[in-house]
Amino acid sequence: MGLRSYVITRVLLTIPTLLLLLTMVFLVMRVLPGDPVSLHFEKKADPLQMEQMRHLLGMDKPLWAQYFDYIAGLVDVNYFSAHGYPNLGKSMQSFEEVGGQVFSAFPATLELAIYSMIIASALGIPLGVIASKSYNSVLDHLIRGFGTVTYAVPVFFLGVILQLIFGVYLHWLPTGLRINPSVVPPPTITGLYTVDSLLQGNFVKFFESSKALILPSLTLGLILSGIFIRLTRTNMLETLRLDFVTAARARGLKDSTVTYGYALRNAFLPILTMVGLQFAMLLGGAILTETTFSWPGLGRYIVQRINFRDYTAIQGAVVMFGLFVALVSLIVDILYAYVDPRIRM
Amino acid sequence: MNCSTPSFRGEIAKLPLLEIDSLAVDYRTSRGTVHAVNDVSFFLEKGETLGLAGESGSGKSTLGLSIIRLVPYPGVIGGGQIKIDGRDIVALPEHEMQTFRGTKVAYVFQDPMISLNPVKKIGAHFVELIRTHEPNVSKKEAFERAKTVLKNLGIQPERINDYPHQFSGGMRQRIMIGLAIALNPDLVIADEPTTALDVIVQAKILDLLESLRKAYQMALILISHDLSIILERCDKIIVMYAGHMVEYADGTELHGRPAHPYTQKLLQSIPNIELSDQKLTAIPGSPPDMLNPPNGCRFWPRCSCTMEICRVKEPLLISIGRNHLVKCFLYGEKGVQSE
Repeated sequence: MGLRSYVITRVLLTIPTLLLLLTMVFLVMRVLPGDPVSLHFEKKADPLQMEQMRHLLGMDKPLWAQYFDYIAGLVDVNYFSAHGYPNLGKSMQSFEEVGGQVFSAFPATLELAIYSMIIASALGIPLGVIASKSYNSVLDHLIRGFGTVTYAVPVFFLGVILQLIFGVYLHWLPTGLRINPSVVPPPTITGLYTVDSLLQGNFVKFFESSKALILPSLTLGLILSGIFIRLTRTNMLETLRLDFVTAARARGLKDSTVTYGYALRNAFLPILTMVGLQFAMLLGGAILTETTFSWPGLGRYIVQRINFRDYTAIQGAVVMFGLFVALVSLIVDILYAYVDPRIRM
Repeated sequence: MNCSTPSFRGEIAKLPLLEIDSLAVDYRTSRGTVHAVNDVSFFLEKGETLGLAGESGSGKSTLGLSIIRLVPYPGVIGGGQIKIDGRDIVALPEHEMQTFRGTKVAYVFQDPMISLNPVKKIGAHFVELIRTHEPNVSKKEAFERAKTVLKNLGIQPERINDYPHQFSGGMRQRIMIGLAIALNPDLVIADEPTTALDVIVQAKILDLLESLRKAYQMALILISHDLSIILERCDKIIVMYAGHMVEYADGTELHGRPAHPYTQKLLQSIPNIELSDQKLTAIPGSPPDMLNPPNGCRFWPRCSCTMEICRVKEPLLISIGRNHLVKCFLYGEKGVQSE
């Protein structure tokens, strides 16, 4: 099977996954107590007014009809070509297009995820390697301890501590938002502020947006690094015991070649799988991180909209999350084939 | 060793390639110390072949690995000397040891299926090896040399860009042998090089090793649990049991006049095609628990000639003929300790 057909198959397979996800979110939202209409009117409202509202939102239709309306909107190609985003319905709270809101919030989450991942792997993988190389020594125990503590600490706790130290006491870093409010964000090209400001050649904006990214991505990255440490260490310990590693040593190869070219490259496969899976967890963590750091991403969007029982908005955000996770696992699978020649066919 | 003057040339030339003196290798586990190799001494001249025979767990692989100082964790060299070209390597710093490995002493492992890096092409294995030890060689040159080696091993040079999983077990072992001889070492240690292969390939691989050894004038240490293979191909033979060297002799001597009861039993368990009425015997029992080895001679619980003294005292390695040593009380209580 060629790479092309492999990718196409994988993409097609994500469709039923997403549909299932969507159906579950659709049902769960409607089972939850509270409804968007009564939450829309702060105090008691006129029953007639509420009835009109219900009609406006299409909530007077039977559930299955609402469901099929929603799916039909989602696959509306004309809408997509006209707006540049899929028809995810109108928000039940603000009556704005959910697609537009989700698409503009997503880059913030993506940017946070990318930098957190970079921090987590830059910290976790080398520490895991060092721990495995100094197996059972004090250093090994220290690194493992660090991994356990960072993994166990809750996002909001670590986030607040970092905000207190670097924001409140030291005044070094901003404690929230994607960019200093006095700076105009860079024009949207990719939606990632750090990338867009560089594309624009504006280093002030790059500096400001990077500064804002440090604390939230450090919080999330530190927490994820714990898993990376454990995973790298365990897999390295297993790989270092294998014959081809001993055989490489027996040929007098340098220690760095043996550790990285032999052991880590082979230990990397399970690490890569985990990285893919962790992305889903990262997004869950992002909800908390975004709330802690007033980060205007998809996670905070969901939290805000849940309070209003904004069904369409939550469905839209979840679809976006689902697409993202599916995309990442696709990339991981392709990388897998790149790292391991035995998978290439 | 730097005191060589021209008048000593003759002496220096006679210096054995490998000299092992009362070597001890221990595994320090949490349950206690295992003395995997005990008081082993022997030497090997250039171009000689030495066979190490013994059951699994007898310490023969540990002995082999200690010569390149790669005894796996938690193993340590507990005492003795390993001299290569007169230089003791036991206390050598690791980076100096690395220059020895591959160039002076090479190692061929048991299972070729797992001895090559699965994510590296065959060519990369060779280029990396050559350029680690000879940094001045260009990548292209190393590549050409690798192709020549492959050709000599009977592998199409075009396959240099293939990955290990694209080769059969026998071919992979050829590649492992090629990697071992690529830098023309003085000594190759082959640790059960054919155990993982099927019988037809086994003989071919051993023949290949033998012809390369002659062509490159290397010494060879052949480690095997199969005494028949060793008898067929080695000048000197060491029989090991539970970490001890129990017998040492020339190949013909050992075959004709095995002295230790263990060696005798091993020989009786080899089928001989010429003896139609041969009775194959197995050795009763199993090797001892190395954490709690028996007192006295380690073989006595399985020996048919056990005497009272065997249970309490460990026999010394005594000389019973020219180049023939045995560690057994049947040949005298005190004996003359070797050297």
